[in-house]
Amino acid sequence: MLFIDYSSAFNTIISTKLRTLGLNTSICNWILDFLMGSPQAPAYHLVLEGILILWIIRLLFSKTYKLQERSDLTEKEKEDLIEEWQPEPLVPPMSKDHPSLNYDIVTGPPSHKIIVNGKECINFASFNFLGFLDNERVKQKALTSLRRYGVGTCGPRGFYGTFDVHLELEDRLAKFMKTEEAIIYSYGFATIASAIPAYSKRGDIVFVDEAACFSIQKGLQASRSFIKYFKHNDMEDLERLLKEQEIEDQRNPRKARVTRRFIIVEGLYINTADVCPLPDLVKLKYKYKVRIFLEESMSFGVLGEHGRGVTEHFGVNIDDIDLISANMENAVASIGGFCCGRSFVIDHQRLSGQGYCFSASLPPMLAAAAIEALNIMEEDPVVILIWFRFFIFMYDLVNKYFQIDSYSAVKSVIGEVYAPALHLQLERSSGSRDTDVRMLRSIVDYCLERQIALTLARYLDKEERFLPPPSIRVVVTIEQTEEDIEKAASCIREAALAILK
Amino acid sequence: MYCYPEDKVQHTACNGSSGLGLYSRPFIESFEETPMLVAVLTYMGYGILTIFGYLRDFLRDWKIERCHVAREREEQRDFVPLYQDFENFYTRNLYMRIRDSWNRPICSVPGAKVDLVERVSPDYNWTFDYTGKVVEGVINMGSYNYLGFAENTGYCADASAEVTMKYGVGVASTRQEMGNLDRHEEMEELVAKFLGVESAMAFGMGFATNSMNIPALTGKGCLILSDELNHASLVLGARLSGSTIRVFKHNNMQSLEKMLRDAIVHGQPRTHRPWKKILILVEGIYSMEGSIVRLPEVIALKKRYRAYLYLDEAHSIGALGPGGRGVVDYFGLDPRDVDVMMGTFTKSFGAAGGYIGGRKELLEYLRSHSHSAVYAASMSPPVVEQIIASMKCIMGEDGTTLGRDRVQQLAENTLYFRRRLTEMGFIIYGNSDSPVVPMMLYMPAKIGAFGREMLKRNIGVVVVGFPATPIIESRARFCISAAHTKDMLDTALSVISEVGDLLQVKYSRHERLIYDQIQD
Repeated sequence: MLFIDYSSAFNTIISTKLRTLGLNTSICNWILDFLMGSPQAPAYHLVLEGILILWIIRLLFSKTYKLQERSDLTEKEKEDLIEEWQPEPLVPPMSKDHPSLNYDIVTGPPSHKIIVNGKECINFASFNFLGFLDNERVKQKALTSLRRYGVGTCGPRGFYGTFDVHLELEDRLAKFMKTEEAIIYSYGFATIASAIPAYSKRGDIVFVDEAACFSIQKGLQASRSFIKYFKHNDMEDLERLLKEQEIEDQRNPRKARVTRRFIIVEGLYINTADVCPLPDLVKLKYKYKVRIFLEESMSFGVLGEHGRGVTEHFGVNIDDIDLISANMENAVASIGGFCCGRSFVIDHQRLSGQGYCFSASLPPMLAAAAIEALNIMEEDPVVILIWFRFFIFMYDLVNKYFQIDSYSAVKSVIGEVYAPALHLQLERSSGSRDTDVRMLRSIVDYCLERQIALTLARYLDKEERFLPPPSIRVVVTIEQTEEDIEKAASCIREAALAILK
Repeated sequence: MYCYPEDKVQHTACNGSSGLGLYSRPFIESFEETPMLVAVLTYMGYGILTIFGYLRDFLRDWKIERCHVAREREEQRDFVPLYQDFENFYTRNLYMRIRDSWNRPICSVPGAKVDLVERVSPDYNWTFDYTGKVVEGVINMGSYNYLGFAENTGYCADASAEVTMKYGVGVASTRQEMGNLDRHEEMEELVAKFLGVESAMAFGMGFATNSMNIPALTGKGCLILSDELNHASLVLGARLSGSTIRVFKHNNMQSLEKMLRDAIVHGQPRTHRPWKKILILVEGIYSMEGSIVRLPEVIALKKRYRAYLYLDEAHSIGALGPGGRGVVDYFGLDPRDVDVMMGTFTKSFGAAGGYIGGRKELLEYLRSHSHSAVYAASMSPPVVEQIIASMKCIMGEDGTTLGRDRVQQLAENTLYFRRRLTEMGFIIYGNSDSPVVPMMLYMPAKIGAFGREMLKRNIGVVVVGFPATPIIESRARFCISAAHTKDMLDTALSVISEVGDLLQVKYSRHERLIYDQIQD
């Protein structure tokens, strides 16, 4: 090993050479001091500092990079590009006979006897399950409220838009559903669509049924979470997904500790008219530690002994469900929606629910109408039982008509026995959705002429994730008599025989 | 017309100095800069609050202090926590202290004077008790009641009452199914006539009008240029559409033009394919700033670069313009230049809901492709009737001059109120014609103090802080109404001055000027 000592090359300073260069004394002294002092520092220090100084000088003089691409185009070329660019038209042209362009016009109130396109019909299309749309008590209460508060609220809940009626309605709903707290929204669609993004954020995982309605899909899109769909009402498929997630978690426990998980189901599905298996879901909840959000727009006021929905129907403890959301536009026949659950969950929406904080509150007369409807439901739970009985009758009738004659069994009835809105689908599709829709529409028109008001179930073809097949929606309400139902069933049968042959 | 000295004001536009003479009337906006001392003190205030927040959280964790915060169920204790502790830090420690300034329940018509339900809190705002008493005759400077149509008597209320008894309150179906009443069609024709467009369509909720229709208009491959201070509904609609979003500085036309040029010249990022369409999202009046959009310049830019314009007139419809027809009327422009005119009925019409107006093709497309028409229930009949009645009143079709008088009254009230507040020495943001008047408070403690002091003196105001505004720019926001008489405004002004002196919020450094005439 050789030890090479360079220090001796630098340990003598000849100060006279500096003077001959013409520098003045003080500078020379300063340089001398500096040079004398520096060998006391280890050599690697000086080398490192030297490299650092050179690097800084290089950075100062190098070109800076801009985030956007640098453009080498001249001004003239840019102007040409701007001149040439042609945007698409704002909206694509629509054909005149697009099926959803021409609405059916209802003249007068949308009650049991409804005047559609000038013809008086029996209403089998509005979701007026408990008949509150033209209930005198409800109308009177709404009128009193109008005379006290006017129509609009002129502000969101935070800024003088909270009326005592809203607080009363929230209180009544919480008591009715036997939960701690409830929160009201002014629009049914916005209820679940604002509730989901308030809890589920980017990085969280949501397990949703394939047949979930459009508002749930929009809520999920706004939340930016990971969405996993499981087959409709298939608990094994859901369990498989949950098990896969569990395996993922074991690989990355730190991430798993902060990722929230949710299952979102509907009580009564609007697209397929069947009920979710709630007890099994609750078992899965505790096994895999997932929270459940239940959407009860169709089942509120309809299922259960007192109308409390699918939890009462199955006898599930309501505290096991983290959040229940429903809209008041179906059974309650008002406008708006509500969420109910424990205060721990619901209170969060008062500051993070977009549709709650940034939107005007529900007009007080509509809230008063909802309170009165709740009053009637509580006073007279028998109302719900009568309606149930009608429904079973209708289902039997329709089934009877469509299975009696094997030649005419061209339509199948989709729906659970106690679902209030049935879907009538074609047994065999013709291959093209448009043709199917047209055939169903002609059946609807045929029935309209014979004074039965039906409607096609409407979907946005391009936006739905799992587009349900075209169908006719038949709604049973408490105001229909047995003759009405018989007439409707036979009319639909005639129409099917005439058009589908 | 007066121009403020350059060094004191952040941003002002005077007639002719911008926009190449596109403005037919003076466009005076001012956003005075935050005084340095006030900014420093505000940051210090938030710092102290944060430190105390951590201290209180610590005490709560160690059970030294009683915890009022709701807790998770015992059975679900080992689930992943629903909220991160940090997310709610602001809510627990800052918002809770002054929570009584918001969500004040009322029990009368939200008109010029309102009755508040009295409530007290025994435990520093964690829970509220209602004493059962009512505070009557509070002057309402918080509700969006620009033309005073929030009333329970009169022509509009009678018409709605009649319809309630005849049609009922609900509809229980969507527009495309069985929910399309003849009243809806009549209302939509009236709205189209009011706005001066070919066709219009109404929806049940103003927020939902934006969040459900912007996705129907744009999609992947389109570009949305959105103003910095756009409302949450516009931001949500833009996000749900899946288009690329670029934000330009608030009301800054140079920023917008630069973005338009860059977008067209460079195309989509990385692939450089041309954009399918470009949509500019602006609002008529921005409710937190009180500023009015520079519509003539935006329209000039839109025409030059072939972009589409979506104008959200939530606050400006009914409140601006000689005929109350909104910001287009205010600037004297052609409504056909705006591609999509959107607005709400909640503010100036005393009803609820939103509308979109435009060309026939646009509305035909929306009737079949809007999410709201297919999946959401249609509007309630009494609300529709209120809209029809109030719109007819504003247009003068009910045979009285009530509408025109109210529009004029609102303009006079606005000018008077703004002038007096500026004279008193408060910092007021926004355009001199906008009925939304934000008054700067800055410090967090003053937010709560201002709200409470005003309520003690029987005036109801709205105070806003973070996160609706930038953190140091908290403000009190007054909404002028045509229903306010000059006496009410004078009372309110004297009280505001009194409280302003008490809390020392008269921050303005302009000399206390009195301007003799404002040009119209």
